[in-house]
Amino acid sequence: MVKSTSQGAKGLSAAPNDQLVIHNLTKEYIPGIPVLNNLSASLDARDITAIIGPSGTGKSTLIRCINRLVNPTSGEIHFQGIDLANLSGKELRLARREIGMVFQEYNLVERLSVMENVLSGRLGYVSSWRAWLRKFSSEDVRTAFDLLDQVGMADFVNQRADALSGGQRQRVSIARALMQSPAMLLADEPTSSLDPKTSVEILELMTGQAKDREIPVIINIHDVSLAKRFADRILGMSNGFIVFDGKPNELKDEHLKTIYGGEDWLS
Amino acid sequence: MSNQADQLVREYVPKRNWLTKISWGVLSVYLFYVFGLFDLNIDRFILGLDNGSDFISRMFPPNFTRYNLLIEGLLESLQIGVIATTCGVIFSVPLGFLAARNLMPIWVTWIARTIIVLCRSFHPVIVAILFVKAVGFGALAGVLALIVASIGFIAKLFAEAIEEISLKQIEAIRSTGASFTNIILIGVLPQVLGRFIGFISYQLDSNLRNSTMVGLVGAGGIGGTLFAAFQRFDYDFVAAILISIIAVIMTGEGLNNVMRKLYR
Repeated sequence: MVKSTSQGAKGLSAAPNDQLVIHNLTKEYIPGIPVLNNLSASLDARDITAIIGPSGTGKSTLIRCINRLVNPTSGEIHFQGIDLANLSGKELRLARREIGMVFQEYNLVERLSVMENVLSGRLGYVSSWRAWLRKFSSEDVRTAFDLLDQVGMADFVNQRADALSGGQRQRVSIARALMQSPAMLLADEPTSSLDPKTSVEILELMTGQAKDREIPVIINIHDVSLAKRFADRILGMSNGFIVFDGKPNELKDEHLKTIYGGEDWLS
Repeated sequence: MSNQADQLVREYVPKRNWLTKISWGVLSVYLFYVFGLFDLNIDRFILGLDNGSDFISRMFPPNFTRYNLLIEGLLESLQIGVIATTCGVIFSVPLGFLAARNLMPIWVTWIARTIIVLCRSFHPVIVAILFVKAVGFGALAGVLALIVASIGFIAKLFAEAIEEISLKQIEAIRSTGASFTNIILIGVLPQVLGRFIGFISYQLDSNLRNSTMVGLVGAGGIGGTLFAAFQRFDYDFVAAILISIIAVIMTGEGLNNVMRKLYR
């Protein structure tokens, strides 16, 4: 028992710090019914990894286990030399600051302005008093303006988030995630609520920003062609297992059959 | 063809809700019973009309000559209402957050909810009687009574508003590594502030009305003056007081509407 854990630790510490290593990750919402089943993977820094798979297969759960919006039942997630799965309290908050997240339904605070939403990316660094008075440092404000320029939302600074279209909201939400100066970006179905053209624009924006910053991105996506177009690596999930792991050009119809089941939908 | 013939004819039977039917039955039986107890007959009604017309004729014209007394009482009532609402809100905001089941551990919400229910169990007039006994006659008793009433009402509404917020927005703020207080300030408050202001203005409205009433039991305000005027059969002064109260409440209503428009 002791031996095996020390071996595990040794094996993991050999990995470079900027890798994300998931080790035997299991999540059961209802005891006995695992959504993630003893899942292991290691992802390179600076890679854009797309996770594909049918809905209900644990993609969102996997991504939410990484920044602990969901608490895993067992397993380890190593990133930058810490086990994310074992953090709590202040340590967890410090770790979350390093991980930006983009959501399917943008999850902006609807009644706040675009600027306030972008600045909320700094909430892990700002005292409550300053957050209440919106007294963000001039450096943060400058960064926020720069980011709004980069995502093309500079003209909407004082608009309320609920006045924006879906694509605009997702741009703001990307700016919010980047405002954290994250060491990793997570994206949970970032394009599922958007039209095809906007989807491509959003993915271009997100992957471009990540490449510039040399940070890894993990994207849950169910559009296989978008995944192939933007990802450096594709993980195919089915029933809580990883059933495909490879480069986009290695993903063939037979893999899709194992991932999604059936074949009628393949044209 | 044979397939069609084989197909079963499925019947749709609407679901009967027996509980609703029984409830209606019990309610109608009870209503008959209650009206039976009530000694309602036409003679009594006509006598009542007579008394009523006498009462109303003695109310007119309203007598505003003792306007000093009137204004003094009204101002005290207004002060009771405003102070009670302000203090009530100050206590209700934290209590509402503590009672919200989506933010707090269950045992905390139970304690908070018990306090809220206790505050709401008695009518403000009964609470006012208790406070008159405790702190003596005067406005302080009225203020305290209405603070209790305000907590019982708006803390519950606050808690319900907080329980209805969108957790997606909270999730996003949580994922930035924000502390709990920052999540409340940026994630929760913006979602509920508009509704809070609605509740507060409603409570101010209701406290202004209640503040005219707690005076009946000696807890300060125009109610005491009104009660005294009734006792002395000064019905013309009673009319003057009633008209003034109506004017104040209508002004309050107008201000309320403006406030709601501004903070929507």
